[in-house]
Amino acid sequence: MKTFWLLVRAGFRRHSTYRLALLAGTTTNSVFGFIRASILLAALASAGTAIGGYDAPTAIAFVWWGQALLGTVNLWGFAEVKDRVRTGDIAVDFLRPINPQLAYLAGDLGRAGINLLGRGLPAILLGALLFDMAPPPSALSWVSGAVSVVLAVVVAFAGNFVINLLAFWLVEIRGITLLWMITGGLLCGLYLPVPWFPEWLRTIAHWSPFPSMLQNPIDILAGRVVGADIASAVAVQVFWAVALLGLGQLVLRAGRRRLEVQGG
Amino acid sequence: MSIPTVIETRELVRDFKKTRAVDRMTFSIEPGEAVGYIGANGAGKSTTIKMLTGILKPTSGHVRTCGLDPMRQRVEVARRVGVVFGQRSQLWWDLPLRDSFAILGAIHRMDEPTTRARTDLLVDQLEMGPQLGIPVRSLSLGQRMRAEIAAALLHSPELLILDEPTIGLDVLSKQRLREFLVAERRERGTTLLLTTHDMGDIERLCDRVLVVDRGRLAFDGTLPGLASTVGAQRMLVIDLATPTPDLHDVPGATLVESESGGLRQRLAFDAETTTVAAVLAHVSSRHEVRDLTIEEPDIEDVVRRIYAASGRG
Repeated sequence: MKTFWLLVRAGFRRHSTYRLALLAGTTTNSVFGFIRASILLAALASAGTAIGGYDAPTAIAFVWWGQALLGTVNLWGFAEVKDRVRTGDIAVDFLRPINPQLAYLAGDLGRAGINLLGRGLPAILLGALLFDMAPPPSALSWVSGAVSVVLAVVVAFAGNFVINLLAFWLVEIRGITLLWMITGGLLCGLYLPVPWFPEWLRTIAHWSPFPSMLQNPIDILAGRVVGADIASAVAVQVFWAVALLGLGQLVLRAGRRRLEVQGG
Repeated sequence: MSIPTVIETRELVRDFKKTRAVDRMTFSIEPGEAVGYIGANGAGKSTTIKMLTGILKPTSGHVRTCGLDPMRQRVEVARRVGVVFGQRSQLWWDLPLRDSFAILGAIHRMDEPTTRARTDLLVDQLEMGPQLGIPVRSLSLGQRMRAEIAAALLHSPELLILDEPTIGLDVLSKQRLREFLVAERRERGTTLLLTTHDMGDIERLCDRVLVVDRGRLAFDGTLPGLASTVGAQRMLVIDLATPTPDLHDVPGATLVESESGGLRQRLAFDAETTTVAAVLAHVSSRHEVRDLTIEEPDIEDVVRRIYAASGRG
């Protein structure tokens, strides 16, 4: 546990060295936040009523929590593990008395932490200051929202980790990464809230892990999901976290066996 | 047996698709030994190391590292062995060097005072104090390699495996690294297995040499034994003040080449039967010597001779 915490801290420090990137990310986040907020407000105005449980303040909260969590949750994936598999450096990871998945998860939680502080906080402050934004309705929403954000980071990491590990078998995984990004970007509720999707797409989203990476924590923090529904939203996230981490373990083991058989 | 063997392989075989990378390799290394593992590129050195550390599964045969089965007890082996791959890094690229040691200490479940004490000791011995606060990516190659070795030794392993530790280092960096390794062995009795292309590494660090040729063990013995087996000779290059007739009559040495009308002459001699001093004394008693250089047998050459001696290559 202490090892895990130290690795989280290392991830935090590692990513805090890139301050300029954080600043650039914050700026981009804010610009897109304004654009998205305008579009959603226009849609709500033309409808004249709440859509799918979102009135104007909840929609604003949806937008800015989304912008805040964009950098925190690693939706776009990472290439580190893939690169280490390709160069053979992954062998060094196997020479350590710690499970590589656990080590990388800790690093990613640290990365999420610095991004939440450096990119998330400014986005939320901006949204709250300049817009009529719905605050989390209760202490329960704050607490469960925080838990939900951590789970979202874990689910996104676990999914990306599996994608990265495909490099054990494939020479180039860029195509798969791109597919993952496009599908994920749409289904996680980044562009539009999942409840606004047409029925068939909503069904697909509900059966995928993607809403667990963004829509669920946003819904809890924006106050669209309250009471007993919070429990089921978090339960779905726990399911996907466990399922994808488990899958990652299996794929990692298969990858290691492949390394053992094929050579590094 | 009171002290267990550190490395033991018996009839170890590893096949890749159509080639046999390691062929019925049998050797054992006892605690405290320092063994040089040499051979041409692709001879099977790295494959052997990977099997010793549990990264690669043997096709057949028996392998034990610190008495453990590296395939089935990978984590336990990792706790007792330190490995440096010269071409790979185990440090955190973006973080100050100090942090890598802290994290590795935690990974090896050392408590903080122990980690700090061990880090201080290694940093002191390797003279890395000024670099502790620098991100690893900004270290020079020599500094980074010393840091890698410190990282591999942090958890006080019984066995240190170094794969090409001095590759690309300048003379001074090499020397510092070797001096440290000698001291480390003297103080802690760490068993050392190192692969290298540098004869200097072998001469200064190892008391035993394994030569591998196309996956097979071609030689197992001491370095002088190796030199005498293959008749590897050292070369004395002498620059003379005046053009001199060929130096055919030097005891224990044979003339290989004479250049510039006898101004520069190259004498080969066997380190077993004579010394540089003796050869030089003989020459300078008769002629005026202006300068001299000594050429060591090059490892590739030694290996080539071994291959030739075993009827292949």
